[in-house]
Amino acid sequence: MIEIQELTKRYGGKTAVDGLTVTVRPGHVTGFLGPNGAGKSTTLRMIIGLNRPTGGSVTVQGRPHASNPRGLWYVGALLDASEVHGGRSASGHLRALARSNDIPRARVAEVLAQVGLADAANRRIGGFSLGMKQRLGIAAALLGDPQVLLFDEPFNGLDPEGVRWVRGLFRQLAAEGRTVFVSSHLMSEMQHTADHLVVIGRGRLIADESLSDFAARSVRPTVSVATPDAVRFAEILREQGVRVQSTGVQTLEVADLAAARVGELAFTHRVQLHELTTHATSLEEAFMDLTADSVEYLAGDPR
Amino acid sequence: MTTTTAPTLTPVERPAATRTPRVRFRDLVAAEWIKLWSLRSTKWSFLAAAFVVLGENLLSAWGDYSNYPDYSAKIKAVFVPYWALGDAFNDGSAFLLVIAAGAIGANLVVNEYGTRLIRTTFAAVPARRSVMAAKVVLATGVFVVFGALIVGVSFWADEAILSLRHAGLSIGYPGALRVTVAAALLAPIAALIGMAIGAVVRHPATTMVLLIVLNVVVPALLLDQRRLSATIDEAMPITAWARLPAIGDQTGPGPIGMSMAHAWIVYAAWAVVSVIVTVVVPARRDV
Ligand SMILES: Nc1ncnc2c1ncn2[C@@H]1O[C@H](COP(=O)(O)OP(=O)(O)OP(=O)(O)O)[C@@H](O)[C@H]1O
Ligand SMILES: [Mg+2]
Repeated sequence: MIEIQELTKRYGGKTAVDGLTVTVRPGHVTGFLGPNGAGKSTTLRMIIGLNRPTGGSVTVQGRPHASNPRGLWYVGALLDASEVHGGRSASGHLRALARSNDIPRARVAEVLAQVGLADAANRRIGGFSLGMKQRLGIAAALLGDPQVLLFDEPFNGLDPEGVRWVRGLFRQLAAEGRTVFVSSHLMSEMQHTADHLVVIGRGRLIADESLSDFAARSVRPTVSVATPDAVRFAEILREQGVRVQSTGVQTLEVADLAAARVGELAFTHRVQLHELTTHATSLEEAFMDLTADSVEYLAGDPR
Repeated sequence: MTTTTAPTLTPVERPAATRTPRVRFRDLVAAEWIKLWSLRSTKWSFLAAAFVVLGENLLSAWGDYSNYPDYSAKIKAVFVPYWALGDAFNDGSAFLLVIAAGAIGANLVVNEYGTRLIRTTFAAVPARRSVMAAKVVLATGVFVVFGALIVGVSFWADEAILSLRHAGLSIGYPGALRVTVAAALLAPIAALIGMAIGAVVRHPATTMVLLIVLNVVVPALLLDQRRLSATIDEAMPITAWARLPAIGDQTGPGPIGMSMAHAWIVYAAWAVVSVIVTVVVPARRDV
């Protein structure tokens, strides 16, 4: 369990995390979402005591992580796969970590095998691909068999097989009753991974709810219609007070009206339909809507 | 208790959180030892340092060996002990040893910041002062051995060369042991200073520049004897080293106006201050 209370971090005048209060519970994969620069990585660094909060507090299993003399037994974290020394072998890197925490040496081979790096154990990390480094970071996080696991953008650089494997691993860790907290700025990555979401923007909490609640708030279906009578049908719909948008010569997009009702209207007014399709808003769009006000670094932002 | 007919379950290992880790300082030293030797570059930097320092010493001893027949009777009269001891570990070698040990020592700290491995390290061991103390203990041990080996081999080889002219001396000669100990201690002291600079600066290139400024540029600039600069000069480890080999009156001021005790104190002060800085500073900052 991770308890974050009124957590604030300022770098000079820049507020990276702003009064964040969240509890991350065991037994779930909790997704940690927010646009670039929202403060996700900063929050994770404060959880494991690398950065000191400007205000507020954060505890892991009831204690500030910085007060644990040895950390791997309590929290396994992959914050950035490049935080290794390229000159060391994978097993050398893990052996040093294991030794510092009084973890038996045999555990190193175990976690390397678990992440699929057994064959690369004695190769220099400098020669690893991004995905291999990511796997090594996961191996390091698993080393102490901790109850709390943190991952910052763990899918970066993983191949589809790797992504599937990591998702499975997260679910398994959560099913074993552990706390799994995974950051991402892509909703699409999270919707198949997390069962609970914490969304932040500009360092502030925006949403803290289950994936299904999040999905529910976002169901605002649109119906696309293809008809040779597009102009007439649009008028008919507008007369009914429905929002309609023309998306092509023969296509319309209808908001806030169920497909069945659109079909019914077409039938009564003898409008021939070629196509009638419902599009549920994706979680991705819901996420974009939700964070639209807090996106700081907008592409093509004219200044 | 009820009896059930459920299939027997294989016992599951208890989760880690219910075991308690042993917290032992020696595990941290051992981890640092693994880190040091799992880098191939470590072996090469020590070998290169040994090669350069020994090379410089052997060349100068060889020079005296070759020139000996041409030396005046006055020089020959005092060759043992003054010149012979000077050859045992000359000034050039001392500079090279200080630079090499300083750079390798600094690298022990700075490579972790440069690669940001330090974040992985401190997340795994939140007791940051213990991590840095383990580094200090390991470095001190390794560099005492390294310094002793290099100086020991230098002494033995140089005096062997000179003894071909019957101009060498043994370690039992008054003052010879002090010369060797003073020279050997330059290695750990320079390494500790390098670590402290690294812990404060954290940036590899800047650290190396400061190290060279401190150990080479400052003493070179201060060669003149004006009062203030002499005071700073006498606080430099390399100056202290230059005083320690002085032979003869061991209580009064030596050739550079500095007492033997003062020289040992300079050694100790640099070591103590460096250790404190290395252990304390990284614990107080974000990484
Ligand atoms: N060490 C630092 N010094 C100064 N500013 C920082 C530092 N670390 C983070 N910031 C600032 O804090 C804000 C939050 O950054 P952070 O890296 O936590 O965002 P993030 O949510 O992880 O973004 P991303 O999705 O791009 O990884 C940013 O504006 C960033 O510039
Ligand atoms: Mg980030």
